[in-house]
Amino acid sequence: MTDALLTFEDFSPGRRFDFARRTLTADEIVAFAREFDPQPMHLDEQAGRASILGGLAASGWHTSAVMMRMLYEAYIRRAASEGSPGVDLMEWKRAVLAGDTLSGHCSVLEARVSRSRPEIGIVRFRAEVTNQRGELVAVCEFANMMRRRTAEGAGHAHG
Amino acid sequence: MRMAELYPVGQAVEIGSLVFAAEDIVRFAADFDPQPFHLDAAAARRSLFGGLCASGWHSSAGWMKCFVPFWAGECRRLAAEGIDPPKLGPSPGFTGLRWLKPVFAGDTITYSVTLLASRPLASRPGRLINTILCAGANQHGEPVIRFESTVLEFA
Repeated sequence: MTDALLTFEDFSPGRRFDFARRTLTADEIVAFAREFDPQPMHLDEQAGRASILGGLAASGWHTSAVMMRMLYEAYIRRAASEGSPGVDLMEWKRAVLAGDTLSGHCSVLEARVSRSRPEIGIVRFRAEVTNQRGELVAVCEFANMMRRRTAEGAGHAHG
Repeated sequence: MRMAELYPVGQAVEIGSLVFAAEDIVRFAADFDPQPFHLDAAAARRSLFGGLCASGWHSSAGWMKCFVPFWAGECRRLAAEGIDPPKLGPSPGFTGLRWLKPVFAGDTITYSVTLLASRPLASRPGRLINTILCAGANQHGEPVIRFESTVLEFA
């Protein structure tokens, strides 16, 4: 028997989902940078050390993509998610260097029913990504559209 | 020379185009955003999106993928004209990112950058903060993504 999907009603303000830890290797950092952000400090240890980032550092876009995977594992994979309209803010607070182990959590800021699509709700989250020293490396506030429980099961049920 | 001296505020500059092939969409999604509508064409057709579409983080990173070679080209062009190119540093992040329309398999997204503002960083003399509007539109001219980013500049 599978667990029921988390729906809009499950995302009350303050509810928190923890991220699993993930270590970013130099190979992963370089592979992502080659494809999307081929700047020296993301490609080469020496160049990274010479930059203000202080070492071979992940592209901020890579950190964001890794955060997305952490969000997926933390709640999206078991949620009635209908995607996201966008991200209110993304802050890259501190360099993510090769070998850093990231973790963190996200929590619900607010949840409201969509005016234009009453069968879904819009849940706003704040995610915080930290490194192995507990230092904040990234903050993100974003919205996630979720189906409402009434829209699950019998689709004709009154909301 | 500074960004604000080279690029008029409010004027969009195209930085390049990217084709989102189905295999690229699926590869990115498998690593970072394995939701069914980014991984599987049949599941995507049944979803709200109606077809296989790129992770929003993929279409966002696509902007950077176009900007890096664009900027390298600009630096070469300016140097050839005898102009010292602006020295850009890392970005502390972005705000107001909107995924306005799905980016479907086969779409070509043309990205642009618009300088919105440039101001000295009071706390760190010799540094400026540029605010830029980053955007992308598909082959039908429909906007698909926009966000405002900040970029450090060393004066």
